[in-house]
Amino acid sequence: MPIIETKKLTKKFDKLTAVNKLDLSINEGEIFGLLGPNGAGKTTTLSMLATLIPPTDGTASVNGFDVKKESSKVRSSIGFVFQDPSSDDLLTGRENLYLHALMYGVEMKNIDKKMDQVLKLVDLTDRQHERMKKYSGGMRRRLELARGLLHEPKILFLDEPTLGLDPQTREHIWSYIKKLTTEKKVTIILTTHYMEEADRLCDRLAIIDHGKVVALDTPTKLKKSLGGDVVTIKAKNPDITGVKKLSYVKNVKHDDGTITLTVDNAGSHLQEILKIVGCVEMVEMRSPTLHDVFIKLTGKTMREGEGEGGYFERMIHSRK
Amino acid sequence: MRELNGLYALWYREFKVFLREPSRLVASLVQPLMWLVIYGTGLGSIVSVSSTGTNYQTFIFPGILAMTVLFGSLFFGLYIIMDKRVDFLKEVLVSPLNRSTIFFGKVLGGSTDGIIQVTMLLILGALFFGIHFTWYSLLLSVLVIILMLVSITSLGLTIGASMSSPEGFGLISSFVIFPLFFLSGALFPVDKLPSWLHVFVSVNPISYAVDALRTVMLGISGFGILLDLTVLIAFALAMVIIGTLAFRRMKI
Repeated sequence: MPIIETKKLTKKFDKLTAVNKLDLSINEGEIFGLLGPNGAGKTTTLSMLATLIPPTDGTASVNGFDVKKESSKVRSSIGFVFQDPSSDDLLTGRENLYLHALMYGVEMKNIDKKMDQVLKLVDLTDRQHERMKKYSGGMRRRLELARGLLHEPKILFLDEPTLGLDPQTREHIWSYIKKLTTEKKVTIILTTHYMEEADRLCDRLAIIDHGKVVALDTPTKLKKSLGGDVVTIKAKNPDITGVKKLSYVKNVKHDDGTITLTVDNAGSHLQEILKIVGCVEMVEMRSPTLHDVFIKLTGKTMREGEGEGGYFERMIHSRK
Repeated sequence: MRELNGLYALWYREFKVFLREPSRLVASLVQPLMWLVIYGTGLGSIVSVSSTGTNYQTFIFPGILAMTVLFGSLFFGLYIIMDKRVDFLKEVLVSPLNRSTIFFGKVLGGSTDGIIQVTMLLILGALFFGIHFTWYSLLLSVLVIILMLVSITSLGLTIGASMSSPEGFGLISSFVIFPLFFLSGALFPVDKLPSWLHVFVSVNPISYAVDALRTVMLGISGFGILLDLTVLIAFALAMVIIGTLAFRRMKI
């Protein structure tokens, strides 16, 4: 039995349909990713699963409990690491953990032991008595990750776990998340608009656009579905029709002297293709990424740069 | 048990934060002291409330005390908008706690902050502003103040729960705080007011708090202490119920 199941889950805000008849089935113990651009409905989906907002239509069950009828039991089964900072700056890391333990029903006699454990897991034992004001973005994320685990939830929601972090810190967070699933055996559902993150972390992922699932599989299979490597050729007056005739070439895109091809076994066929194309200025060959999958499925790029802004921007601008 | 721990956690947070920002305590004392020292002395030099058997500065002390609670508690409630801005409020709302527990935790936290501010003022009142306390009057004053703290914090939380941005703060102070304050008789005796103004004063719950404090501290009574306490208890109950409902309905 899946640990999370949604059937035709829908959320409408006035005229906007944020989540549109979503059917998902997530198994115990996996890292499941919701990948999509900003505004695709990822956070809204998580918020409904966490009972923060009621669905407009459809059903969802989390750990066997209905999100509408058994919201308190649902909330007891989950941990949530939010996209925006959610700890009190004037309190120390340990104090923030303590608050969480009390609110989430950790038994009094276990609180200290559990706090020590999770602090060690994210390497924050040394800094636990400092006020959160002094934490860097990465440390804050780590503490909030640790906090999400404190009450040993069966399911952990991570909303954009590495948004706005530098590449090195991002790598760290990823290794912590991996560690969590192996050591604590929690099911993790994460949202991201970083392709690399989805690729590296997720066992399975759903690509979401405009509130709908456009593809759902393992990252490897999704990439394989493109049917080969991606070859980009820049040439003067390329012979497009000649290239299109080749049996191992799929998905030919031509844009102002730059051709993008998907090629089966590109290594062994490259020579032949280049001959046909003609006067080549530049060639690039790479394995397909989830980004290519996304472009193929939705016909648009992911707009990765267009984020929700930094911490302070989000403090200033209301997102509501 | 979990609800109780949760209540403690919410109170703990508010209290710790309050202690770590001493500027909040100082700021909360500056305004009432300016009213008492500058306004009280200044206006006291030209007006006389001798019919009440006391000087003007002493006369307004209970009113200024009520004002401190009114401003402090209402803004405490509104600060929940700041928690909404970042995801702190979500962290609380995703917990298995009941919404009513979350509400009471906030009220408890805000009231504790208020009690500390008021205690400082009461000490200053006894030392410098001619207020003589007996055990009886002290106890009754504290009771009145607690009722006020609970009701006004609840009112602030109710407004805060339905607002999503702090831009409305100014509006709230113009249309809620100042009318409640000026129509409470904090700064003048209300018995000689024209009847149209007196109507506003009598429907304002803060008037009854001011009257109750003036009765127990100075022995100057308008409505009578029994009516005062009845109104204050009813007001507190109503605000707590409305606040609980507002928290249950609050969306994020």
